[in-house]
Amino acid sequence: MDIFVQQLVNGLTLGAVYAIVALGYTMVYGIIQLINFAHGEVVMIGAMVAFTVINALAAAGLPPFLVVLAGTACAIPVCMLVAYAVERLAYRPLRAAPRLAPLITAIGVSIILQHLAMLVWSRNVLAFPQIIPLVTYGFLGATITGVQLAIVGLCFAMMTGLALLVYRTRLGTAMRATAQNPQVARLMGVDVNRVIAATFVIGAALAAVAGVMVGTYYGVAQYTMGSVLGLKAFAAAVLGGIGNIPGAMLGGLLLGVVEALGAGYIGDLTDLCRYGLGPGDSCADGGHFVLFGSNYQDVFAFVVLILVLVFRPSGLLGERVGDRA
Amino acid sequence: MKPGRRVWAGVALVAAALLVLPFALSQAGTAWVRIADLALLYVLLALGLNIVVGFAGLLDLGYIAFYAVGAYAYALLASPQFGLHLPFWAILPIGAALAALFGVLLGAPTLKLRGDYLAIVTLGFGEIVRIFLNNLSQPVNITRGPQGIAGIDPVRIGGIDFSRTDRLMGMTFSGPTKYYYLLLALLLAIVVINVRLQNSRIGRAWEAIREDEIAARAMGIDTTSIKLLAFALGASFGGVAGGMFAAIQGFISPESFVLVESVMVVSMVVLGGMGNIPGVVLGAVLLAFVPELLRWTVEPAQNALFGRVLVEPEVIRMLIFGFALVLVMLFRPAGLLPSAVRKRELTHHE
Repeated sequence: MDIFVQQLVNGLTLGAVYAIVALGYTMVYGIIQLINFAHGEVVMIGAMVAFTVINALAAAGLPPFLVVLAGTACAIPVCMLVAYAVERLAYRPLRAAPRLAPLITAIGVSIILQHLAMLVWSRNVLAFPQIIPLVTYGFLGATITGVQLAIVGLCFAMMTGLALLVYRTRLGTAMRATAQNPQVARLMGVDVNRVIAATFVIGAALAAVAGVMVGTYYGVAQYTMGSVLGLKAFAAAVLGGIGNIPGAMLGGLLLGVVEALGAGYIGDLTDLCRYGLGPGDSCADGGHFVLFGSNYQDVFAFVVLILVLVFRPSGLLGERVGDRA
Repeated sequence: MKPGRRVWAGVALVAAALLVLPFALSQAGTAWVRIADLALLYVLLALGLNIVVGFAGLLDLGYIAFYAVGAYAYALLASPQFGLHLPFWAILPIGAALAALFGVLLGAPTLKLRGDYLAIVTLGFGEIVRIFLNNLSQPVNITRGPQGIAGIDPVRIGGIDFSRTDRLMGMTFSGPTKYYYLLLALLLAIVVINVRLQNSRIGRAWEAIREDEIAARAMGIDTTSIKLLAFALGASFGGVAGGMFAAIQGFISPESFVLVESVMVVSMVVLGGMGNIPGVVLGAVLLAFVPELLRWTVEPAQNALFGRVLVEPEVIRMLIFGFALVLVMLFRPAGLLPSAVRKRELTHHE
């Protein structure tokens, strides 16, 4: 039971971060039906910029909260700028092209960003300096760290903020109108290009914060960290129903929990000795014969993704869309 | 000259150039012959993927998984790992069949997905295969995990061992040179199969599905089985290439089958011109050779200029891939040598 609650807590923490990144995917997909492959790299750039600033300030003796805040404050505009440039230069010219063209471009952009980051920060891992004191709280037999609480709290605050932005402001209305029908939105006086650029930039700001959070959580950042994180977040967006904002939040949290619980229990569940099937010599004296251990953790996101797409292609909260010619 | 005769003269010229190429390259060092071998492998891979992406229009971002299946099939059946040493001509069909089976396994549940969803699922599939290869060393050691499998048998046909140097009629044939000719023969066979497929009933069905799936179904094409066939055939070519890779290298590990490799093969197909066989060959050769040329020029140039290597060739290679994908899509969306149909399709506006 303790392990269950602990994995649930860990899963919710990571899931909240997945949800924030997934929002970036889902908003862009909702508006221009593009899988923005480069979004994971934007998360990575956010983490790298923030870590550089944080490491530079760590020795100054400022309160840790201020240091992390300064790092995030530097990361957000950089990520916004990167996302804007990518949208303007690589995606906008292809707006009218067949679907595969922007997707392939997005893959190219992702490779470029990743290796430019490698040129800037080298292959080395950036470590998070030991400035945040470890605070832990007991909860139903599990431990929650202060960082985890902060991440979850911040994620929910950002999700609320985004929901308010999308459903309560003029820009949000324009975004939803563009997602429904760009041509008609344009006729109604919406500057479609600006709305699309704004969508990319908002997603990038969220991605920057997510990058800082995931980096702080694991304590490291590296130029390769964006690809797997991006894929998982995309899986989360699809799980919730791509293009659907509450869906991305739900999908992210759900995927985080599935992954954590899966990694926590798959070893036990696939231990053949439990079922009396394992070879005698390795099962003797309470031994184990584990088919799949927790090193298969990364598989869960992809398996979930494939299962969702096969059995409920529109995701949990998404509506069915017909084929568009 | 008549156009037909001109074509044949061109073919003869290319054939002659290809035949003497390894001897010219070996003047610069055996390493270059090896690079030519790898380039040929990439051409095989790109032609296999071209069936899926170019002919049938299904974007597969996990294609390297089939390469991996072929390579591991060869490695497990002809290495000290299980003490099996099956002959080359027995393993290659097994690898191809196994890869085709995986292709169907991937294809069957995902065929109703739309283009970009399919791309993501195939990508996930590729990652799943790699994670399994990395971890199937426990509890029973099958793949030796990240350590990889070493000591893989070279190809032996008749009395010829392809890893040794032979002398024939006063000429020296090194191992890589012999593999070069073997790969060239294989390539020729696969090109012929591809050309024949493209102009067949199946090839036209693929094209119809690519252009408009609903209309294709209305015309009586069994879209499910035709798409599955594309997956299976493409995968089997990947499996054959993988088997050759294992034999030539003598060592394989999951590191050779990462996502970047899939992206690279996609880049080759896209850069050259999806669906057009000469274009795909050109794309593969360019993207396989240019980075090697860079490796031999950029590093010494940087050493001469700055006294040290500032930018690794590997990074330059990846940046070239990235920019090639973006720029080709922006300025030549149909690739360097586009097929006539593709050109029409990619330049019309919705």
